[in-house]
Amino acid sequence: MTLRLVVCLTLLFPLPVLALARPIAARVEPRSATWLLTGAAVALAASSSVALALAALAALLRIPAVAALGSWSPAVIGRGDSISAGAAVVAGALLGAALTATARFALRRGLALAEAFRHARGLPGRGQVVVTEDASADAYTVPGRPGRIVVSAGMLDTLDDAGRAALLAHERAHLSGRHYAFTSAARFAAAANPLLRPLAAAVEYTVERWADERAAAAVGDRRLVAETIARAALAVKHTRRQSFPVAALGIAFGRVAVGVTGRVTAGPVPRRVAALLAPPPGRRWPLQVVVALMVAIAGFCAVDAAHDLHELLEAAYIGVPRH
Amino acid sequence: MLPGPSDAAPRRARGALESAVLDVLWQADRPLSPGEVRGLLARSEFAGELSYSTVVTILTRLHAKKVLARSREGRAFRYAPLADEAGLAARRLTALLDGAADREAVLSRFVADLPDRDEELLRRLLGGAPEQVEAPGGGAAP
Repeated sequence: MTLRLVVCLTLLFPLPVLALARPIAARVEPRSATWLLTGAAVALAASSSVALALAALAALLRIPAVAALGSWSPAVIGRGDSISAGAAVVAGALLGAALTATARFALRRGLALAEAFRHARGLPGRGQVVVTEDASADAYTVPGRPGRIVVSAGMLDTLDDAGRAALLAHERAHLSGRHYAFTSAARFAAAANPLLRPLAAAVEYTVERWADERAAAAVGDRRLVAETIARAALAVKHTRRQSFPVAALGIAFGRVAVGVTGRVTAGPVPRRVAALLAPPPGRRWPLQVVVALMVAIAGFCAVDAAHDLHELLEAAYIGVPRH
Repeated sequence: MLPGPSDAAPRRARGALESAVLDVLWQADRPLSPGEVRGLLARSEFAGELSYSTVVTILTRLHAKKVLARSREGRAFRYAPLADEAGLAARRLTALLDGAADREAVLSRFVADLPDRDEELLRRLLGGAPEQVEAPGGGAAP
């Protein structure tokens, strides 16, 4: 295990993938993009965590008292492992931070999802769709078994029949595709390696796009879905009750410069609308292959490093001392 | 009965208290006074934890959020749910998830918040014919 490899796995391999996250989210067919970006985030988080763990472990085993536990020779391990004690301590601290962050995230998200599941069951009525008498426009899905779709009367008033069909098709796509699982997995990965946050944000955007395209297929009209999103967004903005907290509605991908007109910095709603007004996105294999390749290299390096450490431990084994 | 220490409540998630209070009002078929709400809550998991003043605070807050209607009766106010059953349930959910601090991730909203600049952009996008709108990234192959 060399320091260079640790740095590669934790810092360098994610970078090209991060650079590609935005073009992939914008141009690749959203279902593929969601799978690809979520998979990349999880795999890169795993490989960076493995790298940190191996670095810390190898240094730990050079301590004679620890090496004695497994009857290994600290000297042999020291010759085979080039990471300095200082770097190993940093790696150990980073690993500890990553484990703490992922545990905290998993707990928090798990509780929130459990709460949502409970409330999906508790929402009144037996149908999938729950209509509230709320005059302000709002619509969202609550994940669960079965998940529910909450739509306010204000939102229904805003849309005509075709628009309502598009809205419901979008929300049903979220539920049937279990999109919360993708966004949670990507956020989990980003908790382990904060460098991966842009990937998680991209996944939050691509699941919206995925649902948009499913809705477009269901109603057979991409422009209709675009108009529905725009109308709904404007209605939400203008009918919002000021006194009710509407914090943190998930500006899905931050404010990223994407050329709707080539110049403007746009939030997720205009970008979704623009994507629907443009021709359907393709597979864009070159983009996907580059990401898959980077992830494969990172995975291979991590497995190889683990294998190296295993071999080093076998070489350093000095047997059980005879009594 | 003396009111208990009013700082006992913040130890619980605020959303959980609000939803318990809403639960009580939702099940009641008439407006309730804070005292009645507290009496009914005594049977819940919050028994003994809620002072009179805490209940008043929660009711006032829910009224400010336009979740509850308030009517004066004598010296005290009476509270009743303002929203319909579905709306109330939905609000209880958002109130609870507010406490979870991870709500935006769990509920997927149809549309995200729309800053003013995006609104303008949206109107322009829809105003133009589809062929006038450039695809993100100009449709250029990578």
